Amino acid sequence: MEQFFQQLTNGLAVGSIYALIALGYTMVYGVLKLINFAHSDMFTLGAYLGLTLLTSLALTDHIGPLWGTVVLALMVMGLVAMVGALLDRVAYRPLRESPRLSAVVSALGASIFLQNTVMLIYGARYRVYPHDILPRVALDVFGLQIPLVRILILCASLTMMAMLYIFIQRTRIGTAIRAAAIDQGAARLMGIDVNRVILMVFLVGPALGGAAGLMVGLYYGQINFTMGWGYGLKAFTAAILGGIGNIPGAMLGGVLLGVVESLGAAYLSFAWKDAIAFCVLILILIVRPTGLLGERVAEKV
Amino acid sequence: MPLLQVNDLHVKYGNVEVIHGIDLTVREGEIVSILGANGAGKSTTLLAISGIVRPFKGEIRFRDVFIHKLPAHRTVELGIAQVPEGRRIFGTLTVQENVNLGAYVRRDAAETRKTEQWIYDLFPVLAERRHQLAGTLSGGEQQMLAIGRALMSQPRILLLDEPSLGLAPLLVRAIFQTLKEINASGVTIVLVEQNARAALKLAHRGYVMELGRIVIEDSAEALMANAEVEAAYLGGSGMEEKQG
Ligand SMILES: Nc1ncnc2c1ncn2[C@@H]1O[C@H](COP(=O)(O)OP(=O)(O)OP(=O)(O)O)[C@@H](O)[C@H]1O
Ligand SMILES: [Mg+2]
Repeated sequence: MEQFFQQLTNGLAVGSIYALIALGYTMVYGVLKLINFAHSDMFTLGAYLGLTLLTSLALTDHIGPLWGTVVLALMVMGLVAMVGALLDRVAYRPLRESPRLSAVVSALGASIFLQNTVMLIYGARYRVYPHDILPRVALDVFGLQIPLVRILILCASLTMMAMLYIFIQRTRIGTAIRAAAIDQGAARLMGIDVNRVILMVFLVGPALGGAAGLMVGLYYGQINFTMGWGYGLKAFTAAILGGIGNIPGAMLGGVLLGVVESLGAAYLSFAWKDAIAFCVLILILIVRPTGLLGERVAEKV
Repeated sequence: MPLLQVNDLHVKYGNVEVIHGIDLTVREGEIVSILGANGAGKSTTLLAISGIVRPFKGEIRFRDVFIHKLPAHRTVELGIAQVPEGRRIFGTLTVQENVNLGAYVRRDAAETRKTEQWIYDLFPVLAERRHQLAGTLSGGEQQMLAIGRALMSQPRILLLDEPSLGLAPLLVRAIFQTLKEINASGVTIVLVEQNARAALKLAHRGYVMELGRIVIEDSAEALMANAEVEAAYLGGSGMEEKQG
Protein backbone atom coordinates (compact mmCIF):
# COMPACT_ATOMS: atom_id res chain seq x y z
CA MET A 1 0.00 0.00 0.00
CA GLU A 2 2.82 2.36 0.95
CA GLN A 3 4.44 1.78 -2.42
CA PHE A 4 1.19 2.29 -4.24
CA PHE A 5 0.61 5.71 -2.70
CA GLN A 6 4.21 6.71 -3.23
CA GLN A 7 3.89 5.85 -6.90
CA LEU A 8 0.52 7.51 -7.13
CA THR A 9 1.74 10.81 -5.70
CA ASN A 10 4.87 10.60 -7.82
CA GLY A 11 2.66 10.01 -10.86
CA LEU A 12 0.49 12.97 -9.96
CA ALA A 13 3.52 15.24 -9.67
CA VAL A 14 5.09 14.06 -12.93
CA GLY A 15 1.67 14.09 -14.58
CA SER A 16 1.00 17.66 -13.58
CA ILE A 17 4.35 18.59 -15.11
CA TYR A 18 3.25 16.86 -18.33
CA ALA A 19 -0.02 18.75 -18.08
CA LEU A 20 1.72 22.12 -17.80
CA ILE A 21 3.71 21.40 -20.96
CA ALA A 22 0.71 19.89 -22.74
CA LEU A 23 -1.22 23.13 -22.23
CA GLY A 24 1.25 24.96 -24.45
CA TYR A 25 0.84 22.45 -27.26
CA THR A 26 -2.90 22.42 -27.02
CA MET A 27 -3.36 26.20 -26.83
CA VAL A 28 -1.19 26.86 -29.88
CA TYR A 29 -2.85 24.03 -31.75
CA GLY A 30 -6.27 25.38 -30.79
CA VAL A 31 -5.67 28.80 -32.27
CA LEU A 32 -3.21 28.11 -35.10
CA LYS A 33 -3.85 24.43 -35.88
CA LEU A 34 -0.09 24.10 -35.69
CA ILE A 35 2.04 21.71 -33.66
CA ASN A 36 4.61 23.99 -32.11
CA PHE A 37 7.59 21.64 -32.17
CA ALA A 38 9.71 24.28 -30.51
CA HIS A 39 7.52 24.14 -27.42
CA SER A 40 9.65 21.39 -25.88
CA ASP A 41 12.57 23.80 -26.04
CA MET A 42 10.63 26.32 -23.96
CA PHE A 43 10.60 23.61 -21.32
CA THR A 44 14.35 23.00 -21.63
CA LEU A 45 14.98 26.72 -21.56
CA GLY A 46 12.98 27.00 -18.34
CA ALA A 47 15.15 24.35 -16.71
CA TYR A 48 18.40 26.03 -17.77
CA LEU A 49 17.32 29.59 -17.01
CA GLY A 50 16.23 28.30 -13.61
CA LEU A 51 19.69 26.86 -13.05
CA THR A 52 21.41 30.08 -14.08
CA LEU A 53 19.21 32.26 -11.91
CA LEU A 54 19.55 29.89 -8.98
CA THR A 55 23.31 29.91 -9.02
CA SER A 56 23.78 33.57 -9.90
CA LEU A 57 21.16 35.25 -7.72
CA ALA A 58 21.07 32.84 -4.78
CA LEU A 59 17.56 34.11 -4.09
CA THR A 60 16.81 31.31 -1.67
CA ASP A 61 19.66 32.48 0.56
CA HIS A 62 18.21 35.98 0.75
CA ILE A 63 14.48 35.48 1.10
CA GLY A 64 14.16 31.90 2.22
CA PRO A 65 13.60 28.73 0.26
CA LEU A 66 9.88 29.08 -0.36
CA TRP A 67 9.69 32.72 -1.47
CA GLY A 68 13.00 32.36 -3.21
CA THR A 69 11.61 29.54 -5.31
CA VAL A 70 8.38 31.43 -6.03
CA VAL A 71 10.23 34.54 -7.21
CA LEU A 72 12.60 32.36 -9.20
CA ALA A 73 9.69 30.59 -10.88
CA LEU A 74 8.05 33.90 -11.80
CA MET A 75 11.29 35.17 -13.29
CA VAL A 76 11.77 31.98 -15.31
CA MET A 77 8.18 32.13 -16.54
CA GLY A 78 8.52 35.76 -17.55
CA LEU A 79 11.75 35.15 -19.45
CA VAL A 80 10.52 32.04 -21.24
CA ALA A 81 7.27 33.85 -22.11
CA MET A 82 9.32 36.53 -23.81
CA VAL A 83 11.22 33.91 -25.78
CA GLY A 84 7.86 32.37 -26.73
CA ALA A 85 6.55 35.69 -28.02
CA LEU A 86 9.78 36.18 -29.94
CA LEU A 87 9.45 32.69 -31.39
CA ASP A 88 6.00 33.54 -32.73
CA ARG A 89 7.19 36.86 -34.13
CA VAL A 90 10.22 35.41 -35.89
CA ALA A 91 9.25 31.86 -36.83
CA TYR A 92 5.48 31.80 -37.23
CA ARG A 93 3.98 35.22 -37.81
CA PRO A 94 5.72 35.81 -41.16
CA LEU A 95 4.16 32.54 -42.34
CA ARG A 96 0.59 33.26 -41.21
CA GLU A 97 -0.74 33.37 -44.78
CA SER A 98 1.50 30.57 -46.07
CA PRO A 99 0.60 26.90 -46.41
CA ARG A 100 0.52 25.03 -43.10
CA LEU A 101 3.52 22.91 -44.05
CA SER A 102 5.79 25.97 -44.14
CA ALA A 103 4.95 26.73 -40.53
CA VAL A 104 5.62 23.11 -39.54
CA VAL A 105 9.05 23.23 -41.16
CA SER A 106 9.69 26.57 -39.47
CA ALA A 107 8.70 25.00 -36.14
CA LEU A 108 11.17 22.16 -36.61
CA GLY A 109 13.89 24.62 -37.59
CA ALA A 110 13.19 26.81 -34.56
CA SER A 111 13.35 23.74 -32.33
CA ILE A 112 16.73 22.65 -33.66
CA PHE A 113 18.01 26.20 -33.37
CA LEU A 114 16.90 26.59 -29.76
CA GLN A 115 18.14 23.18 -28.69
CA ASN A 116 21.56 23.84 -30.17
CA THR A 117 21.68 27.29 -28.65
CA VAL A 118 21.12 25.77 -25.22
CA MET A 119 23.84 23.20 -25.91
CA LEU A 120 26.32 25.84 -27.06
CA ILE A 121 25.71 28.00 -24.01
CA TYR A 122 25.50 25.30 -21.35
CA GLY A 123 27.35 22.38 -22.86
CA ALA A 124 26.17 18.92 -23.78
CA ARG A 125 26.78 17.25 -20.41
CA TYR A 126 24.25 16.83 -17.64
CA ARG A 127 24.05 19.84 -15.38
CA VAL A 128 23.23 19.48 -11.72
CA TYR A 129 20.81 21.68 -9.79
CA PRO A 130 22.11 22.78 -6.41
CA HIS A 131 20.42 20.34 -4.05
CA ASP A 132 20.06 22.59 -1.05
CA ILE A 133 17.42 24.86 -2.52
CA LEU A 134 14.40 23.25 -0.98
CA PRO A 135 14.78 21.41 2.31
CA ARG A 136 15.17 17.70 1.60
CA VAL A 137 12.46 16.65 3.99
CA ALA A 138 9.41 14.49 3.75
CA LEU A 139 6.05 15.56 5.09
CA ASP A 140 3.68 13.26 6.88
CA VAL A 141 0.44 13.13 4.88
CA PHE A 142 -2.07 10.68 6.37
CA GLY A 143 0.79 8.55 7.63
CA LEU A 144 2.58 8.69 4.30
CA GLN A 145 6.06 10.19 4.01
CA ILE A 146 5.94 12.43 0.95
CA PRO A 147 8.92 14.53 -0.16
CA LEU A 148 8.32 18.25 0.25
CA VAL A 149 9.39 19.03 -3.30
CA ARG A 150 6.76 16.66 -4.67
CA ILE A 151 4.04 18.37 -2.65
CA LEU A 152 5.23 21.79 -3.75
CA ILE A 153 5.23 20.75 -7.40
CA LEU A 154 1.71 19.43 -7.08
CA CYS A 155 0.44 22.56 -5.34
CA ALA A 156 2.18 24.91 -7.74
CA SER A 157 1.03 23.19 -10.89
CA LEU A 158 -2.54 22.81 -9.67
CA THR A 159 -2.59 26.50 -8.78
CA MET A 160 -1.29 27.47 -12.21
CA MET A 161 -3.82 25.24 -13.94
CA ALA A 162 -6.68 26.66 -11.88
CA MET A 163 -5.55 30.19 -12.71
CA LEU A 164 -5.29 29.36 -16.39
CA TYR A 165 -8.75 27.84 -16.34
CA ILE A 166 -10.23 30.95 -14.77
CA PHE A 167 -8.35 33.14 -17.22
CA ILE A 168 -9.67 31.18 -20.20
CA GLN A 169 -13.22 30.87 -18.94
CA ARG A 170 -13.87 34.16 -17.24
CA THR A 171 -11.87 36.94 -18.83
CA ARG A 172 -12.52 38.88 -22.00
CA ILE A 173 -9.25 37.89 -23.65
CA GLY A 174 -9.70 34.29 -22.47
CA THR A 175 -13.06 34.10 -24.20
CA ALA A 176 -11.45 35.62 -27.28
CA ILE A 177 -8.85 32.84 -27.22
CA ARG A 178 -11.59 30.22 -27.14
CA ALA A 179 -13.50 31.96 -29.92
CA ALA A 180 -10.42 32.21 -32.14
CA ALA A 181 -9.77 28.50 -31.59
CA ILE A 182 -13.28 27.65 -32.77
CA ASP A 183 -13.48 29.92 -35.82
CA GLN A 184 -10.78 32.44 -36.53
CA GLY A 185 -12.70 34.21 -39.27
CA ALA A 186 -15.79 34.65 -37.13
CA ALA A 187 -13.59 35.84 -34.25
CA ARG A 188 -12.15 38.55 -36.48
CA LEU A 189 -15.68 39.64 -37.39
CA MET A 190 -16.30 40.11 -33.65
CA GLY A 191 -13.50 42.66 -33.61
CA ILE A 192 -10.99 40.29 -32.05
CA ASP A 193 -7.41 41.06 -33.03
CA VAL A 194 -6.32 37.50 -33.73
CA ASN A 195 -2.64 38.42 -33.70
CA ARG A 196 -3.05 39.56 -30.11
CA VAL A 197 -4.78 36.30 -29.23
CA ILE A 198 -1.90 34.37 -30.78
CA LEU A 199 0.64 36.50 -28.92
CA MET A 200 -1.19 35.78 -25.68
CA VAL A 201 -1.07 32.06 -26.37
CA PHE A 202 2.65 32.29 -27.08
CA LEU A 203 3.18 34.09 -23.77
CA VAL A 204 1.09 31.81 -21.56
CA GLY A 205 2.05 28.44 -23.09
CA PRO A 206 5.82 28.95 -22.88
CA ALA A 207 5.49 30.45 -19.37
CA LEU A 208 3.84 27.25 -18.18
CA GLY A 209 6.31 25.10 -20.14
CA GLY A 210 9.20 27.02 -18.61
CA ALA A 211 7.80 26.51 -15.14
CA ALA A 212 7.60 22.78 -15.87
CA GLY A 213 11.28 22.78 -16.84
CA LEU A 214 12.20 24.41 -13.56
CA MET A 215 10.12 21.83 -11.69
CA VAL A 216 11.91 18.95 -13.36
CA GLY A 217 15.22 20.50 -12.39
CA LEU A 218 14.10 20.83 -8.79
CA TYR A 219 12.52 17.36 -8.70
CA TYR A 220 15.23 15.27 -10.32
CA GLY A 221 18.20 17.54 -9.67
CA GLN A 222 19.78 17.20 -13.08
CA ILE A 223 19.04 18.50 -16.56
CA ASN A 224 20.27 17.98 -20.08
CA PHE A 225 19.84 19.90 -23.31
CA THR A 226 17.94 16.99 -24.87
CA MET A 227 15.47 16.74 -21.99
CA GLY A 228 12.79 18.51 -24.02
CA TRP A 229 12.53 15.59 -26.37
CA GLY A 230 11.14 13.01 -23.98
CA TYR A 231 9.03 15.40 -21.95
CA GLY A 232 7.78 17.11 -25.09
CA LEU A 233 6.70 13.81 -26.57
CA LYS A 234 4.93 12.77 -23.38
CA ALA A 235 3.21 16.11 -23.06
CA PHE A 236 2.18 16.05 -26.69
CA THR A 237 0.78 12.57 -26.10
CA ALA A 238 -1.09 13.93 -23.10
CA ALA A 239 -2.55 16.73 -25.21
CA ILE A 240 -3.83 14.25 -27.77
CA LEU A 241 -5.05 11.96 -25.03
CA GLY A 242 -7.20 14.75 -23.60
CA GLY A 243 -8.27 15.98 -27.02
CA ILE A 244 -5.89 18.37 -28.74
CA GLY A 245 -7.09 21.95 -28.59
CA ASN A 246 -9.00 21.27 -25.39
CA ILE A 247 -7.55 22.95 -22.31
CA PRO A 248 -9.11 20.85 -19.53
CA GLY A 249 -8.30 17.87 -21.76
CA ALA A 250 -4.59 18.67 -21.65
CA MET A 251 -4.71 18.89 -17.87
CA LEU A 252 -6.55 15.60 -17.54
CA GLY A 253 -4.42 13.86 -20.17
CA GLY A 254 -1.19 14.96 -18.50
CA VAL A 255 -2.13 13.87 -15.00
CA LEU A 256 -3.58 10.60 -16.26
CA LEU A 257 -0.49 9.82 -18.29
CA GLY A 258 1.80 10.55 -15.35
CA VAL A 259 -0.15 8.31 -13.00
CA VAL A 260 -0.50 5.40 -15.44
CA GLU A 261 3.17 5.60 -16.30
CA SER A 262 4.27 5.74 -12.70
CA LEU A 263 2.08 2.85 -11.59
CA GLY A 264 2.95 0.85 -14.71
CA ALA A 265 6.66 1.32 -14.05
CA ALA A 266 6.25 0.10 -10.49
CA TYR A 267 3.95 -2.86 -11.00
CA LEU A 268 4.50 -4.00 -14.57
CA SER A 269 7.94 -3.17 -15.78
CA PHE A 270 10.16 -0.16 -15.41
CA ALA A 271 11.75 -0.76 -18.79
CA TRP A 272 8.34 -0.62 -20.44
CA LYS A 273 7.41 2.67 -18.81
CA ASP A 274 7.26 4.65 -22.05
CA ALA A 275 5.56 1.87 -23.97
CA ILE A 276 2.82 1.76 -21.35
CA ALA A 277 2.13 5.45 -21.88
CA PHE A 278 1.73 5.00 -25.61
CA CYS A 279 -0.40 1.88 -25.21
CA VAL A 280 -2.78 3.94 -23.10
CA LEU A 281 -2.86 6.55 -25.84
CA ILE A 282 -3.63 4.00 -28.53
CA LEU A 283 -6.33 2.31 -26.47
CA ILE A 284 -8.07 5.57 -25.68
CA LEU A 285 -7.88 6.77 -29.26
CA ILE A 286 -9.47 3.53 -30.45
CA VAL A 287 -12.39 4.07 -28.10
CA ARG A 288 -12.52 7.86 -28.44
CA PRO A 289 -10.76 9.12 -31.56
CA THR A 290 -11.20 12.75 -30.51
CA GLY A 291 -9.47 12.19 -27.17
CA LEU A 292 -11.05 12.16 -23.75
CA LEU A 293 -12.61 15.63 -23.77
CA GLY A 294 -12.18 16.46 -27.44
CA GLU A 295 -15.78 16.16 -28.40
CA ARG A 296 -17.28 18.98 -30.37
CA VAL A 297 -20.92 19.82 -30.56
CA ALA A 298 -21.91 19.43 -34.18
CA GLU A 299 -22.97 22.72 -35.70
CA LYS A 300 -26.19 22.64 -37.59
CA VAL A 301 -25.99 24.00 -41.11
CA MET B 1 -21.47 62.10 -47.59
CA PRO B 2 -22.59 58.47 -48.01
CA LEU B 3 -22.06 56.15 -45.07
CA LEU B 4 -20.23 53.57 -47.16
CA GLN B 5 -18.59 54.12 -50.50
CA VAL B 6 -16.87 51.40 -52.55
CA ASN B 7 -14.86 52.59 -55.55
CA ASP B 8 -13.46 50.38 -58.29
CA LEU B 9 -13.00 47.40 -55.96
CA HIS B 10 -10.91 44.52 -57.30
CA VAL B 11 -10.35 41.36 -55.25
CA LYS B 12 -8.12 38.40 -56.03
CA TYR B 13 -7.96 34.97 -54.44
CA GLY B 14 -4.41 33.86 -55.19
CA ASN B 15 -3.89 34.85 -58.81
CA VAL B 16 -7.55 34.73 -59.75
CA GLU B 17 -9.42 38.00 -59.80
CA VAL B 18 -13.04 37.44 -58.72
CA ILE B 19 -14.23 41.04 -58.26
CA HIS B 20 -13.51 43.17 -61.29
CA GLY B 21 -13.96 46.75 -60.23
CA ILE B 22 -17.28 47.40 -58.55
CA ASP B 23 -18.77 50.59 -57.15
CA LEU B 24 -21.31 50.68 -54.34
CA THR B 25 -22.85 53.49 -52.37
CA VAL B 26 -24.82 53.08 -49.17
CA ARG B 27 -26.39 56.10 -47.50
CA GLU B 28 -27.17 56.44 -43.81
CA GLY B 29 -30.44 54.73 -42.88
CA GLU B 30 -30.84 52.74 -46.08
CA ILE B 31 -31.48 49.07 -46.64
CA VAL B 32 -29.50 48.07 -49.71
CA SER B 33 -29.77 44.61 -51.18
CA ILE B 34 -27.13 42.83 -53.26
CA LEU B 35 -28.51 40.09 -55.49
CA GLY B 36 -26.70 37.65 -57.71
CA ALA B 37 -26.23 34.03 -58.64
CA ASN B 38 -23.87 31.64 -56.85
CA GLY B 39 -20.27 32.68 -57.27
CA ALA B 40 -21.11 36.23 -58.36
CA GLY B 41 -18.89 37.65 -55.65
CA LYS B 42 -21.43 38.86 -53.11
CA SER B 43 -19.76 37.30 -50.06
CA THR B 44 -16.34 38.40 -51.24
CA THR B 45 -17.61 41.98 -51.46
CA LEU B 46 -18.88 41.90 -47.88
CA LEU B 47 -15.66 40.27 -46.66
CA ALA B 48 -13.66 43.02 -48.35
CA ILE B 49 -15.75 45.70 -46.64
CA SER B 50 -15.20 44.02 -43.26
CA GLY B 51 -11.46 43.75 -43.87
CA ILE B 52 -11.35 39.96 -43.91
CA VAL B 53 -10.07 39.87 -47.48
CA ARG B 54 -7.74 42.56 -48.72
CA PRO B 55 -8.68 44.35 -51.96
CA PHE B 56 -6.14 44.12 -54.73
CA LYS B 57 -7.15 47.52 -56.06
CA GLY B 58 -9.72 50.20 -55.31
CA GLU B 59 -10.95 52.07 -52.25
CA ILE B 60 -13.52 51.56 -49.55
CA ARG B 61 -14.54 54.52 -47.45
CA PHE B 62 -16.66 54.34 -44.32
CA ARG B 63 -17.86 57.82 -43.32
CA ASP B 64 -14.63 59.78 -43.62
CA VAL B 65 -12.18 56.91 -43.09
CA PHE B 66 -10.56 54.83 -45.82
CA ILE B 67 -10.87 51.29 -44.51
CA HIS B 68 -9.59 49.08 -47.32
CA LYS B 69 -6.21 48.71 -45.65
CA LEU B 70 -7.51 48.24 -42.11
CA PRO B 71 -7.56 44.86 -40.35
CA ALA B 72 -10.99 43.39 -39.60
CA HIS B 73 -11.00 44.27 -35.92
CA ARG B 74 -10.58 47.95 -36.75
CA THR B 75 -13.60 47.99 -39.07
CA VAL B 76 -15.70 46.50 -36.26
CA GLU B 77 -14.48 49.24 -33.92
CA LEU B 78 -15.50 51.82 -36.51
CA GLY B 79 -19.05 50.46 -36.60
CA ILE B 80 -19.24 47.78 -39.29
CA ALA B 81 -20.72 44.45 -38.18
CA GLN B 82 -21.27 41.38 -40.31
CA VAL B 83 -23.54 38.37 -40.05
CA PRO B 84 -21.45 36.01 -42.15
CA GLU B 85 -22.60 33.41 -44.62
CA GLY B 86 -23.43 30.19 -42.80
CA ARG B 87 -23.93 32.10 -39.52
CA ARG B 88 -20.58 31.04 -38.03
CA ILE B 89 -21.75 31.09 -34.45
CA PHE B 90 -19.37 29.64 -31.83
CA GLY B 91 -21.06 26.28 -31.38
CA THR B 92 -19.18 25.08 -28.32
CA LEU B 93 -19.74 28.34 -26.43
CA THR B 94 -23.02 29.25 -24.76
CA VAL B 95 -25.53 31.62 -26.30
CA GLN B 96 -24.58 34.21 -23.69
CA GLU B 97 -20.87 33.86 -24.46
CA ASN B 98 -21.62 34.36 -28.16
CA VAL B 99 -23.58 37.48 -27.31
CA ASN B 100 -20.75 38.75 -25.10
CA LEU B 101 -18.23 38.20 -27.87
CA GLY B 102 -20.34 40.39 -30.12
CA ALA B 103 -19.62 43.24 -27.74
CA TYR B 104 -15.88 42.54 -27.72
CA VAL B 105 -14.97 46.01 -28.98
CA ARG B 106 -17.35 47.85 -26.69
CA ARG B 107 -15.94 49.21 -23.43
CA ASP B 108 -19.00 50.80 -21.85
CA ALA B 109 -20.54 48.07 -19.69
CA ALA B 110 -23.78 49.94 -19.02
CA GLU B 111 -24.37 50.59 -22.73
CA THR B 112 -23.59 46.96 -23.48
CA ARG B 113 -26.20 45.77 -20.96
CA LYS B 114 -28.75 47.99 -22.68
CA THR B 115 -27.91 46.59 -26.10
CA GLU B 116 -28.08 43.09 -24.70
CA GLN B 117 -31.56 43.77 -23.33
CA TRP B 118 -32.62 45.12 -26.72
CA ILE B 119 -31.37 41.98 -28.45
CA TYR B 120 -33.12 39.68 -26.02
CA ASP B 121 -36.28 41.72 -26.63
CA LEU B 122 -35.88 41.33 -30.38
CA PHE B 123 -35.24 37.58 -30.04
CA PRO B 124 -36.85 36.37 -26.80
CA VAL B 125 -36.00 32.76 -27.59
CA LEU B 126 -32.30 33.61 -27.20
CA ALA B 127 -32.91 34.87 -23.68
CA GLU B 128 -34.55 31.58 -22.80
CA ARG B 129 -31.59 29.65 -24.13
CA ARG B 130 -28.77 31.88 -22.98
CA HIS B 131 -27.01 29.15 -20.97
CA GLN B 132 -27.34 26.52 -23.68
CA LEU B 133 -24.47 25.70 -26.06
CA ALA B 134 -25.04 27.67 -29.26
CA GLY B 135 -24.43 24.58 -31.39
CA THR B 136 -27.54 22.97 -29.96
CA LEU B 137 -29.85 25.75 -31.24
CA SER B 138 -32.06 25.17 -34.27
CA GLY B 139 -31.03 26.70 -37.59
CA GLY B 140 -33.40 29.62 -37.18
CA GLU B 141 -32.31 30.28 -33.63
CA GLN B 142 -28.69 30.20 -34.74
CA GLN B 143 -29.46 32.84 -37.35
CA MET B 144 -31.11 35.00 -34.70
CA LEU B 145 -28.04 34.55 -32.53
CA ALA B 146 -25.75 35.52 -35.40
CA ILE B 147 -27.77 38.71 -35.93
CA GLY B 148 -28.01 39.48 -32.23
CA ARG B 149 -24.31 38.88 -31.76
CA ALA B 150 -23.47 41.26 -34.61
CA LEU B 151 -25.72 43.94 -33.12
CA MET B 152 -23.90 43.74 -29.80
CA SER B 153 -21.08 45.81 -31.27
CA GLN B 154 -23.62 48.63 -31.73
CA PRO B 155 -22.82 48.96 -35.42
CA ARG B 156 -23.80 51.85 -37.66
CA ILE B 157 -23.98 49.43 -40.55
CA LEU B 158 -24.95 45.77 -40.52
CA LEU B 159 -23.85 43.51 -43.38
CA LEU B 160 -25.91 40.33 -43.71
CA ASP B 161 -24.86 37.45 -45.97
CA GLU B 162 -27.85 35.29 -46.90
CA PRO B 163 -29.64 35.30 -43.55
CA SER B 164 -32.61 33.40 -45.04
CA LEU B 165 -30.52 30.42 -46.17
CA GLY B 166 -32.10 27.13 -45.16
CA LEU B 167 -34.94 28.69 -43.14
CA ALA B 168 -38.65 28.01 -43.49
CA PRO B 169 -40.65 30.80 -45.21
CA LEU B 170 -42.46 31.76 -42.04
CA LEU B 171 -39.18 32.18 -40.19
CA VAL B 172 -37.71 34.17 -43.07
CA ARG B 173 -40.63 36.56 -42.84
CA ALA B 174 -40.13 36.93 -39.08
CA ILE B 175 -36.41 37.60 -39.46
CA PHE B 176 -36.92 40.13 -42.24
CA GLN B 177 -39.52 41.86 -40.10
CA THR B 178 -36.92 42.11 -37.36
CA LEU B 179 -34.41 43.52 -39.85
CA LYS B 180 -36.94 46.25 -40.60
CA GLU B 181 -37.15 47.05 -36.89
CA ILE B 182 -33.39 47.10 -36.60
CA ASN B 183 -33.20 49.48 -39.54
CA ALA B 184 -35.89 51.67 -38.01
CA SER B 185 -33.78 51.96 -34.88
CA GLY B 186 -31.08 53.64 -36.99
CA VAL B 187 -28.86 50.82 -38.25
CA THR B 188 -28.07 50.93 -41.95
CA ILE B 189 -28.33 47.51 -43.61
CA VAL B 190 -26.64 45.79 -46.54
CA LEU B 191 -28.43 42.57 -47.33
CA VAL B 192 -26.99 39.89 -49.60
CA GLU B 193 -29.73 37.49 -50.61
CA GLN B 194 -30.66 34.68 -52.95
CA ASN B 195 -34.24 35.15 -51.84
CA ALA B 196 -34.61 38.17 -54.12
CA ARG B 197 -38.32 38.70 -53.70
CA ALA B 198 -38.14 38.97 -49.90
CA ALA B 199 -35.01 41.08 -50.07
CA LEU B 200 -36.43 43.59 -52.56
CA LYS B 201 -39.63 43.92 -50.59
CA LEU B 202 -37.53 45.02 -47.61
CA ALA B 203 -34.87 47.07 -49.38
CA HIS B 204 -34.88 50.64 -50.61
CA ARG B 205 -32.33 50.02 -53.34
CA GLY B 206 -30.56 47.08 -54.86
CA TYR B 207 -27.57 45.97 -56.88
CA VAL B 208 -27.38 42.93 -59.12
CA MET B 209 -23.98 41.25 -59.40
CA GLU B 210 -22.83 38.87 -62.09
CA LEU B 211 -19.39 37.28 -62.30
CA GLY B 212 -17.69 39.89 -60.18
CA ARG B 213 -19.37 42.93 -61.76
CA ILE B 214 -22.37 45.04 -60.92
CA VAL B 215 -24.74 44.80 -63.85
CA ILE B 216 -27.82 46.63 -62.56
CA GLU B 217 -28.33 49.26 -59.89
CA ASP B 218 -31.79 50.62 -59.14
CA SER B 219 -34.51 51.26 -56.61
CA ALA B 220 -36.14 48.16 -55.16
CA GLU B 221 -39.44 48.79 -56.92
CA ALA B 222 -37.75 49.26 -60.27
CA LEU B 223 -35.74 46.06 -59.79
CA MET B 224 -38.90 44.13 -58.98
CA ALA B 225 -40.44 45.39 -62.18
CA ASN B 226 -37.28 44.76 -64.24
CA ALA B 227 -37.85 41.94 -66.73
CA GLU B 228 -34.25 40.71 -66.57
CA VAL B 229 -34.25 40.56 -62.79
CA GLU B 230 -37.67 38.97 -62.92
CA ALA B 231 -36.44 36.21 -65.20
CA ALA B 232 -33.15 35.56 -63.43
CA TYR B 233 -33.94 36.05 -59.73
CA LEU B 234 -37.67 36.18 -59.17
CA GLY B 235 -38.43 32.92 -60.91
CA GLY B 236 -39.86 34.54 -64.06
CA SER B 237 -43.38 33.60 -63.11
CA GLY B 238 -44.66 37.04 -62.16
CA MET B 239 -45.14 38.30 -65.72
CA GLU B 240 -47.10 35.28 -66.81
CA GLU B 241 -49.33 35.53 -63.78
CA LYS B 242 -50.11 39.14 -64.60
CA GLN B 243 -50.79 38.41 -68.27
CA GLY B 244 -52.76 35.27 -67.60
N1 LIG C 1 -11.39 31.46 -50.26
C1 LIG C 1 -11.49 31.42 -51.62
N2 LIG C 1 -10.45 31.00 -52.35
C2 LIG C 1 -10.54 30.96 -53.70
N3 LIG C 1 -11.61 31.32 -54.39
C3 LIG C 1 -12.68 31.74 -53.72
C4 LIG C 1 -12.68 31.82 -52.29
N4 LIG C 1 -13.88 32.27 -51.90
C5 LIG C 1 -14.61 32.46 -53.01
N5 LIG C 1 -13.89 32.16 -54.11
C6 LIG C 1 -14.35 32.31 -55.50
O1 LIG C 1 -14.71 33.65 -55.71
C7 LIG C 1 -15.86 33.74 -56.48
C8 LIG C 1 -16.89 34.56 -55.73
O2 LIG C 1 -17.28 33.86 -54.57
P1 LIG C 1 -18.30 34.42 -53.48
O3 LIG C 1 -18.32 33.48 -52.36
O4 LIG C 1 -17.96 35.84 -53.22
O5 LIG C 1 -19.67 34.36 -54.31
P2 LIG C 1 -21.14 34.56 -53.77
O6 LIG C 1 -21.76 35.53 -54.69
O7 LIG C 1 -21.16 34.88 -52.34
O8 LIG C 1 -21.76 33.12 -54.03
P3 LIG C 1 -22.87 32.31 -53.19
O9 LIG C 1 -24.18 32.85 -53.57
O10 LIG C 1 -22.71 30.91 -53.63
O11 LIG C 1 -22.56 32.49 -51.75
C9 LIG C 1 -16.31 32.32 -56.77
O12 LIG C 1 -15.86 32.00 -58.07
C10 LIG C 1 -15.60 31.50 -55.76
O13 LIG C 1 -15.30 30.23 -56.26
MG1 LIG D 1 -21.84 33.91 -50.72
